[in-house]
Amino acid sequence: MSNSKLEIMNRIKSALDDRHSSEKPGDIIIPRTYRRTAKLPIESLLNLFVERVADYKATVQVIDHGSVISSIENICSQKNLSKVVIDGSLSSDFRPSNVELFEDQPSQLLSYAELDSMDAVLTTCAVAVAETGTIALDAGDGQGRRVLSLIPDVHICIVKQEQIVEIIPEAFQMLKKSVEKEGRPITLISGPSATSDIELNRVEGVHGPRILEVLVVR
Amino acid sequence: MSSIKSSHSPTFQETAKLFLTNKQLRKNIGYATQTIREKRKGVVDEKADWESLREAGQQIKQQVMRHLDYYLIQLEESVLRAGGMVHWANDANEANRIIADIVIQKQVSEVVKVKSMTTDEIRLNDYLAKHDILALETDLAELIVQLAGDESSHILVPAIHKNRTEIRDLFRNRLNKPELSDKPEELAEAARGYLRSRFLKAKVGISGANFGVAETGTISVVESEGNGRMCTTLPDTLITVMGIEKIIPTWDDFEVFMQLLPRSSTAERMNPYNSFWTGVTEDDGPQEFHLVLLDNGRTKVLKDQVGRETLHCIRCSACLNVCPVYERTGGHAYHSIYPGPIGAILTPQLRGLNDKSAASLPFASSLCGACYEVCPVKIDIPKILVHLRGKVVDENKRNGTLANKFDPEHLALKVVAKTFQEVSRYEKAQKMGRFGQKIFQKGDKLQNLPSALKGWTETRDIKAIPKQTFREWWEARDE
Repeated sequence: MSNSKLEIMNRIKSALDDRHSSEKPGDIIIPRTYRRTAKLPIESLLNLFVERVADYKATVQVIDHGSVISSIENICSQKNLSKVVIDGSLSSDFRPSNVELFEDQPSQLLSYAELDSMDAVLTTCAVAVAETGTIALDAGDGQGRRVLSLIPDVHICIVKQEQIVEIIPEAFQMLKKSVEKEGRPITLISGPSATSDIELNRVEGVHGPRILEVLVVR
Repeated sequence: MSSIKSSHSPTFQETAKLFLTNKQLRKNIGYATQTIREKRKGVVDEKADWESLREAGQQIKQQVMRHLDYYLIQLEESVLRAGGMVHWANDANEANRIIADIVIQKQVSEVVKVKSMTTDEIRLNDYLAKHDILALETDLAELIVQLAGDESSHILVPAIHKNRTEIRDLFRNRLNKPELSDKPEELAEAARGYLRSRFLKAKVGISGANFGVAETGTISVVESEGNGRMCTTLPDTLITVMGIEKIIPTWDDFEVFMQLLPRSSTAERMNPYNSFWTGVTEDDGPQEFHLVLLDNGRTKVLKDQVGRETLHCIRCSACLNVCPVYERTGGHAYHSIYPGPIGAILTPQLRGLNDKSAASLPFASSLCGACYEVCPVKIDIPKILVHLRGKVVDENKRNGTLANKFDPEHLALKVVAKTFQEVSRYEKAQKMGRFGQKIFQKGDKLQNLPSALKGWTETRDIKAIPKQTFREWWEARDE
């Protein structure tokens, strides 16, 4: 044990000299009386998610499965996005054909400079939260490395309706396995990057993507 | 020794007087705190289970402090298992040395930093500067403070004391952008342009931690701008400095804190970005991760059975925004990186009460209790303020000069205590007071009390003793 570790440990033990030897970690039962399960019906979940994402000044569209690619292509042509990065694992159901796609592969990782030259990134997500308008990425299929959704200025994110949960505790339960079993990094995204540092007024768009386009697939 | 700041700072009361005369400062802070107070209330009121969340938050933190030794060892094991390295630092100096050694070994002259209270507390930037390493602040407000050579004045928004025009002038000058307007959008854009290339080429990133999960070794950083994601994802090496009290036992505990913190802090349902990483991940993010666990006075706080709940703080800054004292003096009057109500209890405990400046802080409060009501983990700040005031008085009696020991206020309060013990003495005192107060009385108020009593009337109204007490009236009623 390093000296400092030993010293800190000793100070903690002496600071807690009011602790009885019978006390054990975990013997205080945490009162989890806060809400941990959903109560809204599926259809209102979707509406709530759409409303809350829009609150952050992200753009959100609800589309049918058959029109995913055409919706992505529309966004790209409207916003003039020609170079789009995707993770190699992104399903062909989601790949637009009117742009140049750059695949990030474990065998051939794109450099930061290459990512910085991209117009947009296209990803799926792991889970989404209606109450807070949050999207969670866990580096799973269709999402890729964390830098992909960080460096390009536009993030187009595909959310399947069945991935939307109502509240935060549900989302953390769903992400638990990725972390505990696989140690995967998790990123929660709620709207485009923003700051409130000037007179506490919210301004959208700082270092992360300044535009967030969410497509909810019914 | 703690180095939250030099111990030669003046007291809160001395400085507050000066700041109160700065109208621009009062306007800036008054406007900002009022804005965020209303927003916070809105997002808290929409959570029907808010009180249950607070209760759970308090209990989880209590559990952590009760078994801090156990959870720290568990966290260390988890981080090592996930491929990270763990360092232990007794104090600021040791933490700074550990970090500087790593940076020097990487042979870089610049590191990118996420906003972090803990690295401000240990004055890491100054230490690295001595080794010719620039610690570049990447949070907008921290960047403003850094470029201005200023000090932070708020936990969440360090540049809250500056308005948009002042920031525009600073950026025009320091970022060489003479055309810049004072629109917040343009100012944010200027910061983005300034930092972009420096993020992309950074080799070492430094962050604090909002939470560290003992069971999994997961560290989390809560932020808005994306600078936190940049610093914790792009560099090859990531160094995280974490106060030993920032532990939560399990992943499930995020259910509670990721609801409490954003609504209390930025007054949003959720802040834009939250990053959670567990050691290192192959091909994704830094391939070398160092966690520096910092004591720097925290075990001293733990020793005080009343004061220890100060360590539950999750640095949301809600208590600053509701505090009538903070709103008027601003953060600089506290002479600590931790201002406001939480600072008034944390700073003196970390630094020790023999520091005159720190010992003045528990008195920087009207004890109105607003801080306790908004605290997401229910820290009873007023109770600890009163407890620390008692300790300051005791400390003065024990270690003070002869003048401290025979402090007129202390002697007077002893007499008061004696007087209040006996009805007859109390009534006699009332009669004397009624007679003695005449020359200071104006209407039903007392003004300009002399010498030692001056403090009572200088900044507040004190009611004069009425002509007749209730008991006298009761006695006389039937006659």
